[in-house]
Amino acid sequence: MIDHRIEGLLRELAPQVLGVLVRRYGDFDAAEDAVQEAMIRAVRHWPVDGLPDNPRGWLIQTAVRQLTDEFRSVTARRRREVAVALREPASPDGGGVPDRDDTLTLLFLCAHPALTPASSIALTLRAVGGLSTAEIANAFLVPEATMAQRISRAKQRIRSAGGTFALPANPADWRERQRSVLHVLYLIFNEGYASSVGPDLHRVELSGEAIRLTRMVHRLLPDDPEVSGLLALMLLTDARRPARTGTDGELIPLAEQDRTRWDRKSIVEGLVLVSDALARGSVGEYQLQAAIAGVHDQAVRVTDTDWAQILTLYGLLERMTGNPMVTLNRAVAAAMVHGPQAGLSLLEPLDEQLAGHYRLDAVRGHLYELAGDTERALVHYRAAANRTTSLPEQNYLRIKAAHLSVSTAPVPAAEATGAVPVPDPIEPD
Amino acid sequence: MPKYMVMQSYSGPEGLAPLPTWSPEDIKAHIAFQYALNAELTEAGELIDAQGLAGPEQAKFVTSDGVGAPVVTDGPFAEAKELLAGYRVIEVDSEARAIEIAAKVSAAPGPNGVPIGQSIELRQIMGAPDVDL
Repeated sequence: MIDHRIEGLLRELAPQVLGVLVRRYGDFDAAEDAVQEAMIRAVRHWPVDGLPDNPRGWLIQTAVRQLTDEFRSVTARRRREVAVALREPASPDGGGVPDRDDTLTLLFLCAHPALTPASSIALTLRAVGGLSTAEIANAFLVPEATMAQRISRAKQRIRSAGGTFALPANPADWRERQRSVLHVLYLIFNEGYASSVGPDLHRVELSGEAIRLTRMVHRLLPDDPEVSGLLALMLLTDARRPARTGTDGELIPLAEQDRTRWDRKSIVEGLVLVSDALARGSVGEYQLQAAIAGVHDQAVRVTDTDWAQILTLYGLLERMTGNPMVTLNRAVAAAMVHGPQAGLSLLEPLDEQLAGHYRLDAVRGHLYELAGDTERALVHYRAAANRTTSLPEQNYLRIKAAHLSVSTAPVPAAEATGAVPVPDPIEPD
Repeated sequence: MPKYMVMQSYSGPEGLAPLPTWSPEDIKAHIAFQYALNAELTEAGELIDAQGLAGPEQAKFVTSDGVGAPVVTDGPFAEAKELLAGYRVIEVDSEARAIEIAAKVSAAPGPNGVPIGQSIELRQIMGAPDVDL
């Protein structure tokens, strides 16, 4: 057995073992230390003694022993019983270890409602992803001390929320918590996807990590259509990554990407996942988003895009979520199917809900441009450029406006391809 | 989460004596406040960076036409009070929290421990595109 295979195995088993301990004993910090110690012992012994018959059981047994030793010494120091250590003592042979994967327990814990999204993300990457605090800090470009505090505060908050380590019992709570788990994974993916500008070998690749973790959840819950939908959405979006940035790291919108550079393997995998999920009949947000991404990915040329289907899918998504951002995207699709005026009318009710949001201006600019109203297009592109808080988007919008202001002629047909002016982290389309 | 830069200049409210003329205790209290605030923000998982800049007497303005030697202008400058004195970069959940932190910076203790009430410039740092849905 070569060492990197042991390393891979340990990486996969670590969250499961941590999940078992946290579920049994409820003390996140102590459990983490114990798992760490068990890992160190595994790395020391396995290459010499050979792999144990049941590596997972070996790790759990070693970590539990470590943890109970720790509890005992604390008890001795304090001269009183620590109830938690005695609550459910492990049997000496490591038997009684439930044969279920506690990675889920851990994921559910990390998506605890007492946590902010930022804390959930950090804790998930630490506890389930097995990344070091330094790696997570580096990925989010914050100092290690700051990230260490975020993680430790997250643990404290879970602790003080008290007694909620058990998985939610009733189906409604379970669904709600699962929603949070998927949302955390989605945010991790988005963070990686939106901020990836050029290759940076020193940063942990967050999108890849999110895909790895979502695959793990998919293995554990293979029949859940939303889990499949989320994995499909990630794969279908990530497939375009090679074509998404130019040589200087500038954003290239969907309509202008070199589609031969898209990753066909990811596209095929994503399409299979989403069509299987949709066939189950329990349609959810991630499945719909994945389906939309899939329609784009299937168009060999941008002019082949099936906008009618995209319009239908956005209609369903809008009804399901009521999210004005979805309406914004539906307006673009409507413009492609029924003409720019149809899109512009759909935008009208958004003035209140999205007042001052740059993306409303960006889309309006785009639709006026399609309609040949250069003057209005310019006003909205410039407003959008002033309001965005993203530098790549601002650059894109400024250049767009500059192009328009020098061209007195109406927009050439070749450019009116339905590119959404703003390249989104996930789906602008 | 959005990042913000919280900036302090050398200008204070009308009538505030410049810091070097304060009593040693007041200066110490002011410095201690800055360190304590940084520790608090680190502990909250919100501090990205905090720096003070070397004084305006060391400031230089540099211009170049890209061809000839750059033109370097040394101080003293009439508008020195407007120059940046120091900044913090924070990453927070919301703009409301950023304003709360800027307010703390503004209320740093001055002479006799009275809050200065300095005007603090708060600017969001450009980041990745917004997350949808």
